[in-house]
Amino acid sequence: MLHIENLRRPGLTPTSLHIDAGECVALMGPSGAGKSLLLRAIADLDPNEGELRLNGAERAGIPAPDWRRKVGYLPAETGWWAPLVAAHFTDSAAAAPIIAALNLPPDCLNWPVERLSTGEKQRLGFARLLELRPLVYLLDEPTSALDPAAIEAVEAVIAKRLHEGAGILMTTHDAAQAARLAGRQLRIKDGAVSEAGP
Amino acid sequence: MNAIPLTYWDLATASLLLAANGVLSAILGLGIAGRLAIAALRMLVQLLLIGLVLTWLFAQQSPLWTGLAALVMIGFAGYEISARQDYALKGWWNYGLGAMSITIASTLVVMLALTTHIRPTPWYHAQYALPILGMILGNVMTGVSLGLNTLTTTARRERAAIEARLMLGASRGKALSGTVRQALRSGLIPLINAMSVMGLVSLPGMMTGQILAGAPPIEAVKYQLLIMFLIGGATGSGVILAVYGAAHRLTDARHRLRLDRLGANSGH
Repeated sequence: MLHIENLRRPGLTPTSLHIDAGECVALMGPSGAGKSLLLRAIADLDPNEGELRLNGAERAGIPAPDWRRKVGYLPAETGWWAPLVAAHFTDSAAAAPIIAALNLPPDCLNWPVERLSTGEKQRLGFARLLELRPLVYLLDEPTSALDPAAIEAVEAVIAKRLHEGAGILMTTHDAAQAARLAGRQLRIKDGAVSEAGP
Repeated sequence: MNAIPLTYWDLATASLLLAANGVLSAILGLGIAGRLAIAALRMLVQLLLIGLVLTWLFAQQSPLWTGLAALVMIGFAGYEISARQDYALKGWWNYGLGAMSITIASTLVVMLALTTHIRPTPWYHAQYALPILGMILGNVMTGVSLGLNTLTTTARRERAAIEARLMLGASRGKALSGTVRQALRSGLIPLINAMSVMGLVSLPGMMTGQILAGAPPIEAVKYQLLIMFLIGGATGSGVILAVYGAAHRLTDARHRLRLDRLGANSGH
């Protein structure tokens, strides 16, 4: 599905990895090891070089906005550009079931963004990405601000998308979570990615 | 129609008012007496010099020298824009973008006015070209420097929001649209403010000058209106050129936000 050859950017040693359809790869490592640098480079948000292919199509030949809709990135801290939550979704009707699946109340679309807690922001940020239905998800600590019930809901949504054939690369500090979701684990230390045991 | 001429003795006595201001600020310990003195001295020298330069330029009637004087004025205005930025584009962009925008906007508008509205003979007559350029430049400079400063500070502050839109597949134009709109607005607000109080609170300097020189008030008003229309056109186009140019430079062909192309301004 997603093949990355020799990805280069400042702060990272050249990295190659691949994610298959329906596969979740966990990326583990201490803070500041370069996890976000790697995910941002794959999403092409920072200058980087390397050969990236999605289902055989080269990234260089795909306009960056199209690439990001197919290889969707969820940052650890989400950004909001409009006063109301609903303005961040394309279609409120399509968003409703996603929001429900993430354990959020249906009327939260009408809330002002400034009222959201950190955990609500994290889940709504995930929800608006899920609405785009990317082929590959790059998730940066998607449950770091959540309580156990919310974590369970998010993990269930992730498992469902995996079952539907999405590829996922996620960072986490939680070894148990990595064991629950990921078929494969990678370690990152000082900007260098290496294979780890299952 | 001639103004009542002032003697140097008149100026010397009037300057005592400013000197009294300096003495007062020294007595009150405001700590600005020195700066006040330097600024007053600068003003004195700069104005006397420009008086001599203009006299000489009017006598030459040379398009070359008039053009050169215009270039120097634009050069200083460009420098002033770059010095007023909290975060400046790195390299030549900081100076170049501001200077380019005001050059295009103000020269086009001044040439338009000289060839179609005021029509002195010859059209590049320094007595008309340079004062009009000066009035337009001052206003375009303010608008462009405010517009650029708003764009860069907003892009820095709203980085997460802008990148969130990019992450969800927005083009760079769409992701920056709110920031650009805010920058354009702040560049144009001084013009709106100036126009809405004109004649009520402020009697513009050029108009007052013409009236003092004996022109009928309504003729002076007509001149002032023409100048304000020129300023409106030049400010609008200058701000648009600068803000869209900077927005382009703050992003790249792969639709990334490139805040790494901004640096803290060394002038601060």
